[in-house]
Amino acid sequence: MSILTVDQPGKSVLMMGNEAIARGAIEAGVNFCAAYPGTPSTEIAESLARVAEHFGLYAEWSTNEMVALEAAAAASLAGLRAIVAMKQNGVNVCSDFLMTISLSGTRGGLVIVAADDPSAISSSNEQDSRNFAKFADLPLLEPATFQEAKDITKWAFELSEKLGLPCMIRSVTRLSHSRGNVKLGEIPEGRPVARFEGAYIAGAFVAIQHSALHQKLEQARAAFEESEFNWYVGPEDAKFIIVTSGSGWFYSREAVAALGLGEKVGILKIGTTWPLPERFIIDHLRQATEILIVEEVDPFLEQNIKVLLAEQAKTLGPIEVYGARSGHLPGFGDINQDKVARALASIKGLEYRTRDEVYAQRASDLALPILPPRMPTFCPGCPHRASLWAIKAALKLDGRDGFVTGDIGCYSLGAGPAGFWQLKTLHCMGAGTGLATGFGQLGQFGFNQPVISVCGDSTFFHAAIPGLINARFNNSNFLMVILDNGGTAMTGFQPHPGSGYDALGRPAPVVEIEEVCKAIGVEVKVRDPFEVDQAIEDLYDMLQEDGAKVMVFRRKCYLVESKEKGRKRVFVEPEKCIGDDCGCARFCSRVFNCPGIIWDQEAKKAKIDEVVCTGCGVCATLCPRGAIVVEGG
Amino acid sequence: MTLEKDPLNLIITGVGGQGNVLASHIVASAGIKEELYVTVGETYGASQRGGAVMSHVRFSSQAQCSPLISEGQADIVVALEPVEALRVMAEFGNPKTRVIVSPRPIYPIWVLSGQAKYPLIEEILGKLEELADRVQVVDVSEDGEALVGANVLMIGALAASGLLPIPIESFEEAMREILAPKDLEMNFQTFRKGMQAMAGG
Repeated sequence: MSILTVDQPGKSVLMMGNEAIARGAIEAGVNFCAAYPGTPSTEIAESLARVAEHFGLYAEWSTNEMVALEAAAAASLAGLRAIVAMKQNGVNVCSDFLMTISLSGTRGGLVIVAADDPSAISSSNEQDSRNFAKFADLPLLEPATFQEAKDITKWAFELSEKLGLPCMIRSVTRLSHSRGNVKLGEIPEGRPVARFEGAYIAGAFVAIQHSALHQKLEQARAAFEESEFNWYVGPEDAKFIIVTSGSGWFYSREAVAALGLGEKVGILKIGTTWPLPERFIIDHLRQATEILIVEEVDPFLEQNIKVLLAEQAKTLGPIEVYGARSGHLPGFGDINQDKVARALASIKGLEYRTRDEVYAQRASDLALPILPPRMPTFCPGCPHRASLWAIKAALKLDGRDGFVTGDIGCYSLGAGPAGFWQLKTLHCMGAGTGLATGFGQLGQFGFNQPVISVCGDSTFFHAAIPGLINARFNNSNFLMVILDNGGTAMTGFQPHPGSGYDALGRPAPVVEIEEVCKAIGVEVKVRDPFEVDQAIEDLYDMLQEDGAKVMVFRRKCYLVESKEKGRKRVFVEPEKCIGDDCGCARFCSRVFNCPGIIWDQEAKKAKIDEVVCTGCGVCATLCPRGAIVVEGG
Repeated sequence: MTLEKDPLNLIITGVGGQGNVLASHIVASAGIKEELYVTVGETYGASQRGGAVMSHVRFSSQAQCSPLISEGQADIVVALEPVEALRVMAEFGNPKTRVIVSPRPIYPIWVLSGQAKYPLIEEILGKLEELADRVQVVDVSEDGEALVGANVLMIGALAASGLLPIPIESFEEAMREILAPKDLEMNFQTFRKGMQAMAGG
């Protein structure tokens, strides 16, 4: 049973930040949810989809974030409450629509959740999406706690409806993916009737619309001045105040406590960060002579508060501002209570230590020299390992110094040792194919290297189709390899248009990748990457042809496949494996690098780790001695 | 409930795929039943694929804590993999830290490929002994399949260790809430195996 359905107002439960956001939407009576999966945002839509039937709401995985926002906006224009959730890069994808829906305005509450990933723990960048709220003139809310993640979301729907504007909520990894206490509220009943009326046209008298938008933001500011999500804790006459938002609240509170500064330092916590609640902030900074601004990634709050301080210089007098610009906090990466405490300590001339230095040194001396690094790798049984091996082998056979352009998915690991260092470019969804169309036009400048773009099946639908059409239209010269593992594997195997089922697990029509490619007019082959020799041969042949070509490497993600089919036992026949005498240079354990194959130090032979092995059996086809056996064939 | 040490900081560590997230989820849900504030910080996404993972679980009777434990501030470390226990101690350990560790190694990709060496288990355990207040080894390698449930098994060991002020019933209730009914009996068995391993060791 999902925790979202628990109908016991007042009960305290453990919730992931993303679940709390989803629960806030439920408590606001949300009717419509659309999203494209992306860490750290995925669980918002995933948990709403899980309870969609229970609450009679509509939930979908959209093909990309732009479509998700447009679909959710449609629900809003028909008078419903809608939520759309995405990771930071998704905001870029939907930004074109974002910049115009703000002008036309909306009707039913429309909430956009942007989940940022400071330090890019599972991303290719760490942009600060708050800039988009300011850029598009949209009200911005930043929850600081798990409770607030729920409550702020609920309120965002009301605010959006009142203003006729989408409301943006910015979360970060440490909130979205952490768990904490949430006290449940009431779940409303009833379902509105959807009906479209009126007209929503951005582009008619834009300057007037823009001016009206600014007036709406002033209304938002007025609401923010009274908001329960802004508060101050600490001594009333504090001269030193930390101003913070989002995850900075926890870190600031713990840093102040760790340094024993609770009697001297106040914390002003802002939950409504654009437009700023100016009067509220000014009222709380009247006594202050120094402030430290604590936030994750860009100095967004810092810059906006500095503008306010400059405007209010006569009222407030000189205030020293510490933060990213002063170098006390980084302005990049994620933060924690230690970073905040060190900043505070350095300003105050104090010392901050979390443990005895002698012990810390001894711990490092004892541990670090013997700790092997643990890089992320493809799972045992992952088809990408075989696909990238085939690509590596085909490019080597070809011998013209070809290379691979990549994009975002599990296969991004192909830029490292897991994928034999094959990916040479990595940026955003679909970028590998777009880049390849450009490389494929450089022949007249003497460019003669073959180019392979790789993209996943979900990424194909999301962002790579325009690149392929461009290649066909302009006759570009490259090979696109679509790594089709049957779902959006990296975020937990959410379905996409080619999967055959929808967000609720119901059967759905299949959009066949190869049919789309054929309709574009390019040559398409579909192969199983586990038939490695065949895959290498076909890749090689396609590299010799001109024009844009597509190879679909199709094999289901083995995490899913082995659950569905059970695993076969794979083992090494000790008499056939002759170890280092073979001349294969320990191909299976050292080169192919599957975590399921280990080198038995005592027997000096390869060995299958039967706990780790998923039984895919691809290693059996690659062992030059045929020493690896799949039980039952 | 008041805690002897507040906040009480627990780190559960292992390798992506071992089920760290489920382990911390069970422990934290059990803590909430004791009317504590519990915060769990996790590692998700790409870093999970065979990488080192950590869950920070923080209990407090006073306030919701941040999802991250400060350097050197782990009170308890539960490790599903021995090298990861040492990695965590190097950053988060202090002389009072208590360690519960599974001695079964999972070799990193660079060890498999011969570019790095995996230390001897005895050496790891020896260094853990030097750094921690107490190290309790929970051996799960008697039968190969036990590793599949290493997360729940180690939670059983933690529950029986008495290091957390949470009764066994709350753990069991949390498991009933979180796990699918069809998996429940098997996981209870694994949990009890962990409890026994702790009681016996």
